[in-house]
Amino acid sequence: MYSFTYAKPASVNDAATEFSASEDASYLAGGMTLIPTLKQRLAQPSQLVDLGAIADMKGISVAGGTLTIGAMTSHADVAASADVRKAVPALAALAGEIGDPQVRNRGTLGGSIANNDPSADYPAALVALGATVHTDKRAIKAEDFFIGLFETALEPGELIVKVSFPVAKRAGYAKFPNPASRYAVVGVFVAETAEGVRVAVTGAGPGVFRAGDLEEALSKSFSTDAVKGIKASADGLNGDMHATPEYRAHLIGVMAKRAVQAALA
Amino acid sequence: MVKVSLTVNGSAHSAEVEPRTLLVDFLRAHLSLTGTHVGCDTSQCGACTVHLDGKPVKSCTMLAVQADGHQVTTIEGVATGKDLHPMQAAFRECHGLQCGFCTPGMVMSALGIVTRHKDGLDEATVRHELEGNLCRCTGYHGIVNAVLLGAKNMGVPIKDSKAA
Repeated sequence: MYSFTYAKPASVNDAATEFSASEDASYLAGGMTLIPTLKQRLAQPSQLVDLGAIADMKGISVAGGTLTIGAMTSHADVAASADVRKAVPALAALAGEIGDPQVRNRGTLGGSIANNDPSADYPAALVALGATVHTDKRAIKAEDFFIGLFETALEPGELIVKVSFPVAKRAGYAKFPNPASRYAVVGVFVAETAEGVRVAVTGAGPGVFRAGDLEEALSKSFSTDAVKGIKASADGLNGDMHATPEYRAHLIGVMAKRAVQAALA
Repeated sequence: MVKVSLTVNGSAHSAEVEPRTLLVDFLRAHLSLTGTHVGCDTSQCGACTVHLDGKPVKSCTMLAVQADGHQVTTIEGVATGKDLHPMQAAFRECHGLQCGFCTPGMVMSALGIVTRHKDGLDEATVRHELEGNLCRCTGYHGIVNAVLLGAKNMGVPIKDSKAA
């Protein structure tokens, strides 16, 4: 690791101040991506602003049909939360399959979505559930938040404070995990929401995207039969040592079916 | 340099460290607690697993300063004097180790599994929740048996298993 200075502010305001005080600062959430990146010398921030002591960024609450999760809430806490399991069980299940137990104890919702890894699980949930990302400056709809490969709508220094999820009528998530990293080779999140059926796919392309044909089919009939004949196109999908674009396209159909099964269970 | 103050295995420690010092390096080099191992150094193998406020974490993927003000437990803090912890004893009993390099991390992860599943544990859950720990000797079978026996001896009901 290159050397850096370190600050551990106790409030969102102080974090923003610490960030702007250094020319090339970086926020540190759970560190499950950032610390390995620093160890490989792939990043060289002048200062790390550790968000671990900001109480306002942690916690889970449900009120008026909206589930709200603080950005610094760990995956383990989301997975184990009675509130999340009751309001959006698919989200608790998703959080419980990220990485491994040690990673889930450190990794956070805010860190995951700010990084926007194309294979991360949470982006699919946010887009399918029609979530809103609340930063220290504004509220951003999930679909406007995830821009592309490791890119989000966040401005430099802008800090995610919490994410709010409208409680869906039913939802399900299924992923084909990479056996080493447990990142999604392909993950599909289906949700029957007040705005209709929404389907979001992660892992398959350069970033999370909605699958219109699956949404249309599931709107007519929310069943595994409805998605049976739908073939996703391999155009523009990722190809690497783990899976070709054609295989990922096939997996979209398989994971969509399993996600619907999970939603109906 | 920044000051870091934390409790390790029940004892308070303070030191001046560079912010980039990893927790595992702090434990091994500053406190001479070399039971916590560095295997892959890429947060995959779990040999560096310690408990932070009672929860298993990978100490190679955490800065020492992030543990400031927190409680850390390493493998050295598990036994009571010369008496092995029931989980350590189960690893010996079930041949849950061969070369022993991954064992400290396995034991710390196993204790996390017991904490999360006090009401009951089965073999499938143990295998699933050991995903963050790699062993290159045993083929895992002895380890899984050890976790189940250790859990049983800690008072956890074991479901659907021949092992314990």
